[in-house]
Amino acid sequence: MTVQISFTLNGRPTTVEVEPATLVAELLREQLNLTGTHIGCDTSQCGACVVHLNGLPVKSCTLLAPALDGATLLTIEGLQGAPGSNQMHPMQEAFREHHGLQCGFCTPGMLMTAVALATEKPDLTEADVRHGLEGNICRCTGYQNIVVSVLAGAAAMNAAKGE
Amino acid sequence: MGNVIGIGASPKRKEDQRFLTGRGNYVSDIKRPGTAAGVFVRSPHGHAVLRGIDKSAALASPGVIAVLTGDDAKADGLGSLPCGWGISDAKGVPMKEPPFPMLAQGKVRFVGDMVAFIIAETPEQANAAAELLAVDYEVLHSVVGVLEAIRPNAPQLFDDVPNNICCDWELGDKAAVESAFRKAAHVAKLSLVNNRLIGNPMEPRAAIAEYEPGTDRFTLWTTSQFPHVVRFLMGALVLNIPQHKLRVVAPDVGGGFGVKQFHYGEEAVITWAAKRVMRPIKWVASRSEGYVSDRHGRDHVTEAELALDETGKFLAFRVNTLANMGGYLSTFGPNIPTNLYGPLLGGVYTTPAIYCNVKVVFTNTVPVDAYRGAGRPEATFVLERIVDVAAAEMGIDRVEIRRRNMIPKEAYPYQTPVLVQYDSGDPMGCLDGALAAADVKSFGIRKAASASKGKFRGLGYSTYVEACGLAPSRFAGRLGARGGLYESATVRVHPTGQVTVMIGTHNHGQGHETTFAQIVSDKLGVAFDNVDIVFGDTDRVQFGMGTYGSRSLVVGGAALSKATDKVIAKGKKIASHLLEAAEVDIQFEAGKFSVAGTDRMKTFEEIAGAAYVPHNYPLEVLEPGLEEQAYYDPVNFTYPGGCHIAEVEVDPETGTVTLVNYTAVDDVGTVINPMIVEGQLHGGIVQGVGQALFENAVYDESSGQLLSGSLMDYCMPRADHMPMMKVATHSTLCTHTPMGVKGCGEVGTIGSPAAVINAVVDALSHLGVTHVDMPATPNRIWRLLQNASLPVAAE
Ligand code: FES
Ligand code: FES
Repeated sequence: MTVQISFTLNGRPTTVEVEPATLVAELLREQLNLTGTHIGCDTSQCGACVVHLNGLPVKSCTLLAPALDGATLLTIEGLQGAPGSNQMHPMQEAFREHHGLQCGFCTPGMLMTAVALATEKPDLTEADVRHGLEGNICRCTGYQNIVVSVLAGAAAMNAAKGE
Repeated sequence: MGNVIGIGASPKRKEDQRFLTGRGNYVSDIKRPGTAAGVFVRSPHGHAVLRGIDKSAALASPGVIAVLTGDDAKADGLGSLPCGWGISDAKGVPMKEPPFPMLAQGKVRFVGDMVAFIIAETPEQANAAAELLAVDYEVLHSVVGVLEAIRPNAPQLFDDVPNNICCDWELGDKAAVESAFRKAAHVAKLSLVNNRLIGNPMEPRAAIAEYEPGTDRFTLWTTSQFPHVVRFLMGALVLNIPQHKLRVVAPDVGGGFGVKQFHYGEEAVITWAAKRVMRPIKWVASRSEGYVSDRHGRDHVTEAELALDETGKFLAFRVNTLANMGGYLSTFGPNIPTNLYGPLLGGVYTTPAIYCNVKVVFTNTVPVDAYRGAGRPEATFVLERIVDVAAAEMGIDRVEIRRRNMIPKEAYPYQTPVLVQYDSGDPMGCLDGALAAADVKSFGIRKAASASKGKFRGLGYSTYVEACGLAPSRFAGRLGARGGLYESATVRVHPTGQVTVMIGTHNHGQGHETTFAQIVSDKLGVAFDNVDIVFGDTDRVQFGMGTYGSRSLVVGGAALSKATDKVIAKGKKIASHLLEAAEVDIQFEAGKFSVAGTDRMKTFEEIAGAAYVPHNYPLEVLEPGLEEQAYYDPVNFTYPGGCHIAEVEVDPETGTVTLVNYTAVDDVGTVINPMIVEGQLHGGIVQGVGQALFENAVYDESSGQLLSGSLMDYCMPRADHMPMMKVATHSTLCTHTPMGVKGCGEVGTIGSPAAVINAVVDALSHLGVTHVDMPATPNRIWRLLQNASLPVAAE
């Protein structure tokens, strides 16, 4: 038995048939071929799967697909400007500039959390960022450059808003 | 477009664009048409006789295509997983090497041991069928700790391995050590445990296998740090597939840290199964599955003794270690607690006599193999802990005792009493740099401030050396390696002057696409953007041993440098003809071939073009084309080293240890890309801090169940566990690698555990605490404090 759901995905209206037990992370990866959302665990600990649901960060491995009906979803693939352009979001630029990634596996989830943190609190402190990244594990970077990247990305997002 | 970017610069990474935009290509992202799903059925028991498997209900379950077991593998005549190192005891008796079947046969030996492989149309159907597989186990007693495993009446894993001892290995001059101990003014003793760790790269392991009947070729996509080695071990030794019929691809790999550098049974089973069912098959491990099947790390129990004279000079060091191998010998398993441990027990000190005995022991746990640092963090931990114990007992300052025993810069090359010869280093320089950067002078003020809040502050030092750039093949062969440890690179210059490099190492986070491109850009004067690095595919790359042991830049970079030199040499020959000058008069600099002392020159692009459009070209003496290949076998290990200083605050109310400052000064030789080196140091340090403070793989003694079997139970370091670290390099150049590089991937993990634990012990030393085993969790510290404060309370 499948159900039909309609939602806005990265700015585009999308309608899919899903098994009710499908997780959003699976729907994205398997059915919609958006493999940027990663699955790093089975206990909702790692944060590799974070996406924005109606503007708020959620772990897509913990959310059932039917919950998307009528919602707005943003994934890593929708974070940068126009599709196909190489223009990146200021947070993505900041991660590249400050070496906030190594193997890249945690990176999409980190970026989605980071953008949400910076949107919620424009004047982030180091402590805010470290605390805010509680639900995202990175095994490679030791977090230091991620923290620096998030602070820089938040500043760049502020500057862009001010313009 | 683009510029030449040289050695020592920090260009932004080439690989980042795809990772930042969600366009990486990890194994689990790959989709092949018609793919079936594979699921492994794993033993729920630590130790059991496998009495029989009834497949019928599972086979009848919806969507199921096949159910394969050890009996099927046996019937197909498949080999067992090979061990890559064979060690021997002092008398030359080889280690006990029981077979490691890819699917269990006769017995299961750890929770997670593979019993069957189920292939179905979807993962859900495969999982449902797995529930229906009827496996008849006769449960036996498990033994999970090394101390228990060697007791006379302990359960035996293998009939022909008495006392579960795989090998009783030793190194060093036992008699010299004993005589030094007799003369010692003081002997420090320490018993310690090096806790078992789980690597936890964020990408779980995964594999896809496909068989093409038309060409009789297999393709295996796998999360591996060394695809060529997988092709060799799996093709030649396990499945009997000719090498040219087997392609192994490791695309983007989401972290490895060692645990993806072994040949795993899953890879062999899925490849074999793909032909049996004539369908591509995909398997993606869950994190929890990874906990019981990824190879674990460390797990030592050690007794150490350090003999000193009255001035605190080290006279001799004696170490007895029991090393846990788990249920079987993994690819490098027996090599880690022996060859990569014993020879590092000299550290940065002039200790004249060292003896080390290691009993390598089987237990009913996940096989143990190389995890970041592998053997060297264990050696550093023992040595740097006992130096602190000796200092405290003799009343000598901890920095002072280190200085008194350090190898002076001038004494390099330095031959240790345990096989290895360090070519270069400056431990004192690293120590001085770290002392200044950590502001040790004003530690007293910070300690007093903590005390005023009721907290205990401690400072801990760790100086270390590591052996990386694995390894001269001849030397490795003497130590029992069953393969060579060279590396290869091909530099392909296209007719328009752009360059593609095929290299045998693997990039899984270390930034090779950037660092190696810098080397080529620097040496050939080609724009950085015009160099691409290809790796991880046995069909595209000639050969290679992969990435582990901080060998990529050291060994792979040397092969690349050598191949690049060959390109320049051929370019000079072409230029000499085109410019009508003697070859010896041709100079190559900044991308231009010129005739010495004249303004006649050809650009690199012109030479590349001439090589492929050889209209006016010395075809009689030179082949067309501009592509060169080199293999490089190192002449020695390289020896990075350094000094780490940790500062912690302990809350006696809760037992919580907070890392408040961390400083590292490391000697990694030439730094090609400072940004990337710094990132590697950060990551390594935090893995070591994880071991010291949080991480622990815990087994239930009697059942052999892994109690820390998910991210809920195994504490991984998170962003708010760490302060901002200060890392710097203080480099001496390696004397035998082409660019002077030494390697940096593991130094952080080697230096940090001892620094952190030494700091914790320092914070608690006023209470009489002399040692704390890892991880220093709040619970462990709180208990220690309760015991420590009892006599005080009773007074
Ligand atoms: S995959 Fe969602 S939190 Fe780990
Ligand atoms: S970059 Fe590898 S896990 Fe974060």
